[in-house]
Amino acid sequence: MASLTPVPADTAAASAPVVSVRAASKYYGAVHAVEGVDLDVGRGELFGLIGHNGAGKSTLFKLMLGLIPLTAGEIRIAGAAVTGGGFRAVRRRIGYLPENVVLYDNLTGLETLQFFARLKGVPARDCPSALERVGLADATGRRVREYSKGMRQRLGFAQALLGQPQILFLDEPTSGLDPEAIRDFYAILRDLRNQGVTMILSSHILAEIQERVDRLAIMSAGRIQAIGTVQALREQIDLPLWFDIRLAPADIDRVRAALVHLPITGMEAHSDRLAVQCQREAKMQVLETLARLDGMVLDLHVREPSLEDVFFGFSD
Amino acid sequence: MEFRQIATLAGKEFWDRIRNRWVLAVALVFTVFALVIAYFGGAQQGAVGFRSIEFTIASLVSLVIYLIPLIALILGFDAIVGERERGSLDLLLSMPLTRFELLLGKYLGLAAALAFSTVAGFGLVAVVLAPNLELSALYHYFGFMLSSVLLGMAFLSLAVMVSVFATDRTRASGMAIALWFFFVLVFDLLLLGALVVTGGRYGGEIFPYLLLANPADVFRILNIFALDDVRTLYGLATVFPRALAEPWLLGLVMLAWIAAPLGIATWRFRK
Repeated sequence: MASLTPVPADTAAASAPVVSVRAASKYYGAVHAVEGVDLDVGRGELFGLIGHNGAGKSTLFKLMLGLIPLTAGEIRIAGAAVTGGGFRAVRRRIGYLPENVVLYDNLTGLETLQFFARLKGVPARDCPSALERVGLADATGRRVREYSKGMRQRLGFAQALLGQPQILFLDEPTSGLDPEAIRDFYAILRDLRNQGVTMILSSHILAEIQERVDRLAIMSAGRIQAIGTVQALREQIDLPLWFDIRLAPADIDRVRAALVHLPITGMEAHSDRLAVQCQREAKMQVLETLARLDGMVLDLHVREPSLEDVFFGFSD
Repeated sequence: MEFRQIATLAGKEFWDRIRNRWVLAVALVFTVFALVIAYFGGAQQGAVGFRSIEFTIASLVSLVIYLIPLIALILGFDAIVGERERGSLDLLLSMPLTRFELLLGKYLGLAAALAFSTVAGFGLVAVVLAPNLELSALYHYFGFMLSSVLLGMAFLSLAVMVSVFATDRTRASGMAIALWFFFVLVFDLLLLGALVVTGGRYGGEIFPYLLLANPADVFRILNIFALDDVRTLYGLATVFPRALAEPWLLGLVMLAWIAAPLGIATWRFRK
């Protein structure tokens, strides 16, 4: 999967943001489901919201869609306050896929889409192509009760795509999808992104999202703990990285001796390779040292900290 | 207000009930009960066969007053809470429609299904009985059908209100059953008890008005006061002033019973 060209955070926020969240809070009695969230998402940006279950992602989605009232703060979508009367017109340009949505068992896939198309004011003739787009062309006439979990999720996605929305809110969109379907799903998101569609999606599967979003926010306990590009987050938390160095077994001790005096934070010797851990600022020093060990290094692989590492760094 | 949205929601509710044969089942229940009552209602008196429209309507009223509120409450109790529980309510609310439109669309669709069942079920009986009936009798029977529809609408409105207030389906069903017990079984007993305890010294004048506080009683009064022969069968005629028994007035009270719970539901739903 090719990674997307990241949109720098400051560029996204500089032009008028499509989604603008200011000091948004939502309390349920003593429970602070969302607490002081600030967020700007620019046009055509693919934005990821990451967090454990119960971190406040779904509540934030509902706030951004005006489904529940804010306790404090303000949210604007395409310039309109989500709690205001002008938001109805904006809703026509929004697609939403709720988390764990259960659609109507007694309707067929096509009837389900036609129902939502009428509510959105979208021509019914658009429905078959939306089903085709998510790979349900063969199941249009089948009742939803016969659909698998993945098919239901795809139907929900087709619903969100109705009427060529300019803003998409996708809450855990890939839950229940197999790897192939996840790949297809992100291919559609890439197409949409190229058309300038703004997308916010949430997930708790970090590996899946990290190479695919422009920017992401890490949510924990109702707050945004960190926000930025994947690379910026990695640098911000300054987690160590790993070198995997493949060597001839005879060379291991010599390479080890060459590296010990460097500011490395860990080393593991194996039969034909060496794993070396160091902080980012020592990265070039290690590389230069390895380069001087003429011909000994057979192969080299640098492992950046994964988003999981970053995530646990922020949410712990 | 956008009527297309309301019609879309109402259409879905209505066709769901047609497709799962709910409408057919309820219409059949009404038809069978009405025919049995019309032909065998006098069996206790040793006679079998159709007697008179007054007798038939009076018997049907006693049946319908239990049955229709129950059917309407079962039909509507999960209208909103059911969507909430399956997670589709958020999706519906994210559509370009207001909460009032959502509520009204659901209500109208369910109301159409119930009204269709009622009219089809009892209407079929009217067709069967028609050869035995004079025009005035048919007129009374039509009035009975119309008031039955209104009774269903009123209790459906209460059901939809319950579906907005309840946090889950189980609670909603409990609240719906409680409403049925209160309006159909307990309310009259309470009034009667109050009259007897006070020896009729207090509240005698407001008693008829209190009856209007129960849509089931409004339905009863609507039907029995229209039939001269039946009025005397019920003790109610002695305590209920003739002036209050105007069909148009009672019809308005019924409409208020449809509008008020829906209004409260809308207020609550918006919060």
